[in-house]
Amino acid sequence: MSGARAWWRALALGVAALGAGPAGAAGKVAEAKVEIKHFAFMPEALTVAAGTRVVWTNRDDEPHIVVSAGNRFASSKAMDTDDTYATVFDKPGTYAYFCSIHPHMVGTIIVR
Amino acid sequence: MSDHDDNHDHDAVRGRRQFLQCMAWAGAGTLWLMKGGVLQAHALDGLAGGEAADASFSFVQISDSHIGFHKEPNPDVVATLRASLAKINARSSKPDFLLHTGDLTHLSKAEEFDTLSGVMQEAKAPQTFYVPGEHDVIGDNGAEFFRRFGQKQQGGGWYSFDHRGVHFVGLINVLNLKAGGFGSLGADQLAWLKQDLAGLSAETPVVVFAHMPLWTVYPQWGWGTDDSAEAMSYLRRFGSVSVLNGHIHQIQQKVEGKITFYTARSTAYPQPAPGKADAPGPLKDIKPGSLQTYLGVREVRHVRGKQALAVTEEVLA
Repeated sequence: MSGARAWWRALALGVAALGAGPAGAAGKVAEAKVEIKHFAFMPEALTVAAGTRVVWTNRDDEPHIVVSAGNRFASSKAMDTDDTYATVFDKPGTYAYFCSIHPHMVGTIIVR
Repeated sequence: MSDHDDNHDHDAVRGRRQFLQCMAWAGAGTLWLMKGGVLQAHALDGLAGGEAADASFSFVQISDSHIGFHKEPNPDVVATLRASLAKINARSSKPDFLLHTGDLTHLSKAEEFDTLSGVMQEAKAPQTFYVPGEHDVIGDNGAEFFRRFGQKQQGGGWYSFDHRGVHFVGLINVLNLKAGGFGSLGADQLAWLKQDLAGLSAETPVVVFAHMPLWTVYPQWGWGTDDSAEAMSYLRRFGSVSVLNGHIHQIQQKVEGKITFYTARSTAYPQPAPGKADAPGPLKDIKPGSLQTYLGVREVRHVRGKQALAVTEEVLA
């Protein structure tokens, strides 16, 4: 029983850390993930708290590049299979982005 | 989004169907004769006779060599590019030049450009004209590509030249792409194109080449160019216009009045036919040993005295 309780506590802490952003209990930056698969960003729209580090991972065999529409955050380099790119979103706002070599691939990070 | 089919039996059936459809467009070589904007198909075997003899010159299009790609279905894209060049070199009538319609490299890396340059030395043709694909302009907006392979006529990298009465135009449609958009020519390039064509008589055969299709092949996968309609409006008055593109790693064609659009095979790997897969990634579902039937080169011959071009497809296998 104690194992199950510890698991629930860890889960609750995890949720709290996500909600609390950079000032979370452990002092760590909250992280959120975007998978790139089948030429799409998943989730296509992601809502995070200010200060969250967003990590993109390319699961396709084709390279992809994360580029901010209007150059509002730093672009990634070309990401080959399983490469990741991460950047921290400090300011609230809606950040549209796309893949510069497959521009029909679009995504949005909403920072609250 | 397209509906996903998670049933494994259905997947197997769909994979088989997809394979057969792809085989239909891979096929054996076909000679296309274009006369007055109408395409006529001939078997490649029948090429030896009069049709080949009345050509005043020919050139060959290769595309999408993707040097640096190393996954299924083709872990050795250098070898298949070499095989393409060997196929060209083995022809009895030598092409006047080659056109490479982009995606020379997979990731715009210096060593990939080095390899491509080295292998292209094996081509027995006096010159190769290049336009970049989106894979050639990563990180530097094409600076390295243009330094090595550009014609340096115009600041934007686009260019034109005349060869034995045919006007050739190389366009760049892989830069300044916008979120949610397709390929893009841009106002500066369109203004140049309008002026470049202005002095030509309507009888001049025109060949336009660019990496991404200059017609909307499949918008769901971004296979088109946002402002290509404007470019086509300048070309409509000509009696014979051939538009040669790459990007989609398969042959697709369309006739629109006197303008005929062609996309070329890749020398590296095939991509699925429009909508026949979840995404336009490399087509891996091919029979072992059959890769070379999906790869190839295109020969274009100028038919003497007819202001017409004949387009021949040739597979590696």
